[in-house]
Amino acid sequence: MPTETIELRGHIIDSLILPKVLDEIIACGSTFKIGEIRIGENRTDQSFARIEVDAPSADELDQLLLRMRQHGAEVTEKKSVRLAEAPADGVYPERFYVTTNQQTFVQLDDGEVEVKPALMDSAIVVDPKAKTAQPVKFYGVKRGMQIVVGHQGIRVVPLQRSTARADVFGFMSSNVSIEKPKSAVIREMAREFKRSREENGRILVVGGPAIVHTGAAEHFEKLIEWGYIHLLFAGNALAVHDIENALFETSLGVNLEHGALADQGTQNHMRAINAVRAVGGIKQAVESGLLTRGIMYTCVKNGVDFVLAGSIRDDGPLPDVITDAIEAQKAMRAKIEGVTIAVMMGTMLHSIAVGNLLPANVKTLCVDINPGVVTKLADRGSFQAVGLVTDIEPFLRELTDFIAADR
Amino acid sequence: MRDLLLCPPDHYGIEYEINPWMSRARGADTPLVQAQWRGLHEKLVSLGCNVQLVPPKPKLPDMVFTANAGLTVGKKFIPSNFRHKERAAEAPLFADWMEQHGYEIVWLPEDQFFEGEGDALFAGDALFCGYKFRTDVSAHRTVGEIFNCLVISVELVDPRFYHIDTCFCPLTDGGAVWFPAAFDEYGQRAIRNHVPNLIDVVEEEAAHFSCNAVVLEREVVLPEGAPQLMKSLGERGFNCHPLPMTEFLKAGGACKCLTMLMPQRERADLPWTTLPAPA
Repeated sequence: MPTETIELRGHIIDSLILPKVLDEIIACGSTFKIGEIRIGENRTDQSFARIEVDAPSADELDQLLLRMRQHGAEVTEKKSVRLAEAPADGVYPERFYVTTNQQTFVQLDDGEVEVKPALMDSAIVVDPKAKTAQPVKFYGVKRGMQIVVGHQGIRVVPLQRSTARADVFGFMSSNVSIEKPKSAVIREMAREFKRSREENGRILVVGGPAIVHTGAAEHFEKLIEWGYIHLLFAGNALAVHDIENALFETSLGVNLEHGALADQGTQNHMRAINAVRAVGGIKQAVESGLLTRGIMYTCVKNGVDFVLAGSIRDDGPLPDVITDAIEAQKAMRAKIEGVTIAVMMGTMLHSIAVGNLLPANVKTLCVDINPGVVTKLADRGSFQAVGLVTDIEPFLRELTDFIAADR
Repeated sequence: MRDLLLCPPDHYGIEYEINPWMSRARGADTPLVQAQWRGLHEKLVSLGCNVQLVPPKPKLPDMVFTANAGLTVGKKFIPSNFRHKERAAEAPLFADWMEQHGYEIVWLPEDQFFEGEGDALFAGDALFCGYKFRTDVSAHRTVGEIFNCLVISVELVDPRFYHIDTCFCPLTDGGAVWFPAAFDEYGQRAIRNHVPNLIDVVEEEAAHFSCNAVVLEREVVLPEGAPQLMKSLGERGFNCHPLPMTEFLKAGGACKCLTMLMPQRERADLPWTTLPAPA
């Protein structure tokens, strides 16, 4: 929303100028925030108010300001951001501004531009000629780049949780509690999935191997087949265990049907990795007829994009796994545009990593049997995440049941 | 004895149109102009006022409306910053005259339009200032700072009543005469909050500029055409002196517009009434 800050001074209380200005702002569909107010103590003392006005459009803001000026409002001059050159490749200048995952604007000499995309824990690089501003990670910094320093000229639009509709993200805070009414949250999540689909949103799942261990894969596959899932971020493990299950009906050697360790089962995941390596990758495994079921199979068959990011304790890994952490971040970042819902299930490492990439307006649900995961996610900046402490299988079973019931 | 400033109407006429009353097609009748102005002058003198005259200047027809010269408190005079260029040349003439007569001149910043007593009238414990058509709110602030007084800024919404002195007239008993519809809702509330014993003027009488009156203790000099208001004022113990003002109404002015009080108040920061409030 276009915004300006106005200042009112004078006998604005006795003259009812302040209530008049605030009423007019509301009446034209704009909103305001009083940044500062000082009320005169004596009868002859003048008062002061600084008001931030958000209007639905630039035109409406202009018209509103025109009327506000008649009432004596002065529009405060916006100061431009301060820029400093990056001293070397991969190094930010001192006092660089560190981004959050919230919508952020920077004031340049000739107007305000949005920092796109919203990405936390970055600096902001400005191209004054092109009038663009974007987050830049250490590895993207080149010597001489114009980097924002200090806080002047930066406007962060805090995430407003919906008050109009009591949705799961509106009424729940990220405080994790195993006491939360799980069914109600899951039912509301099912509604969110549907809303997202109606509004052409994209749903991202960040998944750990627990999806396979807990026997939840079949539910997850249904969601993929029904077209609810658009993107999957995971590590080597989810794919390996899923493919092991598809090829040998075990996950880390345990038969998922009977719960018993299969003969020679502990070797199964190594054999699964080898089989995929032999054909060159997951997609090739599907095309060659080697892989005929499972989560990864369903993803390939339904055109669901996936990024597998490696970690230090990976077996293999599968050829699809990106083992360079920075390259993996880049690959994930390249795909998250348009994501409206992120569901993180059973993986602390990947949940925090993806949380770091997501703008704050992405509705984020973190499902884990361990309450610490959600807390950690919120503590590392993804404050918008809503937590649900439960095993993955009952969560996905109930979610698919609610969605199926309405289908 | 009140000191008043008037300007003879030697060069008065309808030479431009800067308010809805003015029409160059409907000029003023010169002998009638002189007679009506003399009538006012004589009335004010007869009521014991010390009337001083500022010399009129050719091509400044509205100089006759001395209320717009500026605002005087004690020996301080704030000259106007006229919104319309047609009247801008009046300001230095009035300022020179005031300076020569011992007043300290305090200019407002050039970008703050202000039309003197026309838009700034003391009532009770505050200075009531009109804004939008002629005067800016920013000027109200500066005037409030200069005189260290409470300023109630009210928005004028009817272009016929373009100065506050055309629709609001403080009385010496702490009350006021006013035409409420000339103000927006907030201005009406602000006035009601601060002024007790208001006398509402009906539209028909307000259109005769009945609010544009000179109030001297119990004497009220006002344009003809306000029988209801005169009755109300009479009941409050005021003596009314209706005068024909038709020729000045053609320019959107009447008794008060033709008169500036020197000073309007001795001090701005103290409540001031000379008559007891009505029972």
